[in-house]
Amino acid sequence: MKRRLTPILLVVGLALLIVAPLGQTDYIKYILSSWLIFAIAAMGLNLTLGYAGQISLAQASFIGIGAYTTALLTLAGVPWIPSMLAAMAVSFLVGLALGFPALRVQGHFLAFVTLAFNTLFYLVARNEDWLTGGPYGLSGMPRPDFWLFDTNQNLPFYYFTLAVFVVAAALMWGIVRSPWGRAFKGLRENPIRAESLGVDTRRITLLAFAIGSAYGGLAGALISPLVQFINPDSFALVQSIRILLMVVVGGAGFFFGPLFGAAMVILLPEFLRFTEGYYLMIYASAVIVLMVFCPSGLIGAGQALRERFRPGHRVRGDMKQGSQL
Amino acid sequence: MNQPILSVREITKSFGAIRAVDGVSFDVYPGEILGLIGPNGSGKSTLFNCILGQLQPNSGEVEINGRPVSGRRPCDLNKLGLGRTFQQLSVFPQMSVIDNIILAGQEHRGSLFGRLFGAPDAGLTADAERLIEFFRLSHLKDEMAGSLSYGQQKLVDAAMAFMAGPGLVLLDEPAGGVNLTMLAGLKERLVSYNREHGTTFVVIEHNMEFVMSLCSRIIVLAEGRIIAEGPPDEVRANPTVIDAYLGG
Repeated sequence: MKRRLTPILLVVGLALLIVAPLGQTDYIKYILSSWLIFAIAAMGLNLTLGYAGQISLAQASFIGIGAYTTALLTLAGVPWIPSMLAAMAVSFLVGLALGFPALRVQGHFLAFVTLAFNTLFYLVARNEDWLTGGPYGLSGMPRPDFWLFDTNQNLPFYYFTLAVFVVAAALMWGIVRSPWGRAFKGLRENPIRAESLGVDTRRITLLAFAIGSAYGGLAGALISPLVQFINPDSFALVQSIRILLMVVVGGAGFFFGPLFGAAMVILLPEFLRFTEGYYLMIYASAVIVLMVFCPSGLIGAGQALRERFRPGHRVRGDMKQGSQL
Repeated sequence: MNQPILSVREITKSFGAIRAVDGVSFDVYPGEILGLIGPNGSGKSTLFNCILGQLQPNSGEVEINGRPVSGRRPCDLNKLGLGRTFQQLSVFPQMSVIDNIILAGQEHRGSLFGRLFGAPDAGLTADAERLIEFFRLSHLKDEMAGSLSYGQQKLVDAAMAFMAGPGLVLLDEPAGGVNLTMLAGLKERLVSYNREHGTTFVVIEHNMEFVMSLCSRIIVLAEGRIIAEGPPDEVRANPTVIDAYLGG
């Protein structure tokens, strides 16, 4: 039943994403593009944190690395695709380097290491004017132009972002379904046991950081042409915390968690704007209620609800064959 | 006699002023089931952890099949054919039983990048199902390991140690917290595995009935040193062992 339902849900979900911007204002199309871009960044953090269990408060800095790399290259006349690949490669390498402290420290100590890295990135972006434009940032980045498909308008840019999102999600699906995904989960759940079973936990930790960071770089490569203006404030620590919120609210360690989490963080405040001055208070209250009652996030809450209404065959397996085992 | 599969030479490990393992040496031969017993705090688990690379001994040497392996990481030792279970439950609770077992074998299949682009199960589903069947867990293979009873999780833990086809398995208190019915089944499966595959076991255990009936040779540790070694009946009758561990 589940196997038949999943492809149907995927097709329906994709169809909804295709029709979502139709008939909407330019602003809504912009917000929808932004949602998909942050979902890509959150997908990367979900691999690092949700699957591999390595806390990171530096995802915004990787979006920044990707955004600045893409901005500098596209402003120099390099087409978007090689710029994006360079952005991902730089983010991958810096993420790999950031993974080394994770080999020595864990938990809140690692959180502070990554937090410090985000602050360092912010300071470098603000102070190195010759490269980053300093506090005034960089502007005028061109949007990608693929001969017959020009993304200067917000609608084609949304579809372009959707295409990149689908490819990124498919690649992530391949990673988490592969033996690497199993090793990431092993690292999260019991690193000592995983190592005793032959999992090279050092290598897997570094890969979790590097791949998650490369997804941040990809998001940055899309932010740069979407906004066409970047400055250090866009990649400050508060942005990393927002991305962490997306992962946690959506459901850390669930594949579709980041998409729903990014919707909650980016789209919900927009839906609540009709409440005028109260929208942020309502939004913050909704997040608190969700975290208190569904700590495993939106997907976790959905799963718990499904289990509740499933027939009673999910009684512990050993009861089916007696208690001899 | 054959060349030892495991040689432990003068292993010493201290924690501050406490010498947990004090110059322990012994050999383990292929196909043997060796028991390691002793009172709590006698250094059994510390010795295991020194052998398996989880702790670095202060001095001494460990050899596997005549090859020095001191300082090697646990993942490298696993690839040399060393399996282990832990004193505490050590499954991956949020993964299904079959995924636990596949994870235990997948790192022996192909290269790192080969595993990324290869089959999601690393071609191990059939092998994993056979092992699950051997441990009589087939009806639980799709359950989350964390949802199983304590005894079932112990079996999953043991099954994981066998998935990569190790030549030597170190079992740390496999009978701890396991009910009597299941204990008989566990013993029968260990003996059967030993006979069918020639796998060597080193077993730490406090359950005397279990360890004396399972093992062909027993080493007794007390205060980090070997105080007796020999066949089970001999060890059981040894006055030093009775005094230090077994009691009247």
